[in-house]
Amino acid sequence: MASGTRTVEVELSTTGLDAQGKPQRVPLITDDGGSGVQVEAYEAMEPELAGEHMLINIGPQHPATHGVLRLVLELDGETVVRCIPHVGYLHCGFEKIGEYRQYNQIIPWTDREDYLNSIGNNVAFALGAERLFGIDITERCTVLRVIAAELSRIISHLVWLGTTCIDIGAFTPFLWAFQERENVYNLLEAWVGARLTTSATRVGGMAADIPAGWMDGLRQFIGNFPQTVDEIDRMLTRNAIWVGRTVGLGVMTPDEAINWGLSGPMLRASGVAYDVRRDFPYLDYETYDFDVPVGTNGDVYDRFLVRMEELRQSVRILQQAAARLPEGPVNVDDARVVLPPKSKATSDMESMIHHFKQVMEGPRPPAGESYVAVESPKGEKGYYMVSDGTSKPVRWRIRPPSFINLAAIPKMVEGHLLSDVIAINASIDIVMGEIDR
Amino acid sequence: MTGRFAIVSAGDALQSGPPPVTPRAVAHRGGEANHSAAALSAQFPGVVLRTAVVWGETTVFVRTESVLDVMRWLHEDQGQRYDYLSDVTAVEYRDLDQPIEVVWHLRSLPYRRFLRVKTQLEKTAALEVPSVWPIWKAADWMERECYDMFGIKFIGHPDLRRILMWEQYKEGFPLRKDFPLRGRFSRAEQLRQALAQNPEAKYSMEELSIADAFEDLPEEMRKRLGAGERTGE
Repeated sequence: MASGTRTVEVELSTTGLDAQGKPQRVPLITDDGGSGVQVEAYEAMEPELAGEHMLINIGPQHPATHGVLRLVLELDGETVVRCIPHVGYLHCGFEKIGEYRQYNQIIPWTDREDYLNSIGNNVAFALGAERLFGIDITERCTVLRVIAAELSRIISHLVWLGTTCIDIGAFTPFLWAFQERENVYNLLEAWVGARLTTSATRVGGMAADIPAGWMDGLRQFIGNFPQTVDEIDRMLTRNAIWVGRTVGLGVMTPDEAINWGLSGPMLRASGVAYDVRRDFPYLDYETYDFDVPVGTNGDVYDRFLVRMEELRQSVRILQQAAARLPEGPVNVDDARVVLPPKSKATSDMESMIHHFKQVMEGPRPPAGESYVAVESPKGEKGYYMVSDGTSKPVRWRIRPPSFINLAAIPKMVEGHLLSDVIAINASIDIVMGEIDR
Repeated sequence: MTGRFAIVSAGDALQSGPPPVTPRAVAHRGGEANHSAAALSAQFPGVVLRTAVVWGETTVFVRTESVLDVMRWLHEDQGQRYDYLSDVTAVEYRDLDQPIEVVWHLRSLPYRRFLRVKTQLEKTAALEVPSVWPIWKAADWMERECYDMFGIKFIGHPDLRRILMWEQYKEGFPLRKDFPLRGRFSRAEQLRQALAQNPEAKYSMEELSIADAFEDLPEEMRKRLGAGERTGE
């Protein structure tokens, strides 16, 4: 096999299930062509600098840009010579607004940046604020937050999967993915009352404990969900069109990926086994048994494989979390940050004063700073907070993974065809709310 | 299965030792400092001004003019290998006499270390720091954002333009403490400026120049742009 080419065994039809009615798991990538069709990796063309170049403007209002991203492309024929991205159309000044809000009041803003991972952002922000307050959360709360973060990862990856299928031209997996996403949103709605803008955490705990019977719903979901993943796997992984549209595109080598600051599935698809959950753990992730999937080609196809495997690993973590969820209080027993129960606040004078001061003045962390990063579905999501001892942060910085992943798009698309720009852009998994903030 | 790349694992420079665990009961001040802080002080005497450990995170304050040297050493020294730039940002304090701080969050993936490097910029002088773009390409957009929001110039950055605000934005730098939450200009002035934009100008002058697309513009627009009118205005 020539160097730089890659062979993926594919099927020309995706017919049904095996004799037991279960989808067959087959080795995804094989060395020999087998009975499938060999798809040669796409070799990036050297741009020919002579000849007339054309400017083309994709976005900001274009469905394949996943929001309001604008790409100005310089084309030589159909080959991209240069790409200049423009972002900022959705800029709302979250970080500025955060300087005028108490810590618990910032949590609704975290819903609205990466809005596909809102409950995961709530968890991340609460962890950052808790380090600033010097609080260790309760065991039950830790496990509940792991459940929240992994459900959130599943939602985000499903939306990524569905929209990427649409971009590349597959419609059916989009419907399957969104069907499952609906199930997760129903679970979240039963827990916190909201679907998209959850605001589920508070400094020191959660807004609400799970309702009775909720774990049954979760167990039902994690029982059924792997079958959907397998179906989508069977639909796409060895599909000749899918492979042809994704293999060999937008390759980043491991060194490049680290140097460009990529994170999450983008980094791991390039062969760098770095996962914040494993390497800089939080929420006791080191006690869960899960694998960090890694690609070795750094192309769009590997990013797809990595995300598919992460869906399965999230289910594994959810199973373990569901099995170990301990009884006990959700919120910490710390009067500095946690409100008294409403019944006491309306009947007991001390509690009422406490409640009033908490709400009007807000909890005050000691002067200091914290940077807490979590593994969001897009990558390393960090919240950097600086406090001067007042109830509002001096600085609240979001380290946005998709912003930094997107910064590498000029490098990834150069030399590829215009139609491949869409696939590469989709593989980054951008959310413009997070990029522009 | 063939792969093009060998797998790089985080933590592969650590021969032994326990796996990392979730930090618990972290002290506010005076926890154990990152080993790199002491190594840095030994390597660059006089450059490292002080070291602080807050909530278990080590911060090293360095002199502004030496930032690039320090970063390059941290990146390339075999005992440090800070190969991953997590974040570049700045902090301005509510006490307006305090200097502005530029903050770099670094990770060493092989050693699983985390280090915060800071430098202080007095507001009386020009807000300028060396760019770390030559070391980490990740700095590209993060430094642009920091310039856009704080007006800090990163010397050596190849393309220091505004990124989140538009090129013709005239109100200043939004995350500075003297910038009001609602913006500097009145609603009427903001509306006037929005209406004065030229919606035909889809590309910046820089973009037009790269592809000879300037020649394809309508005669009247070429004349206006040639006379010094900027795009988007």
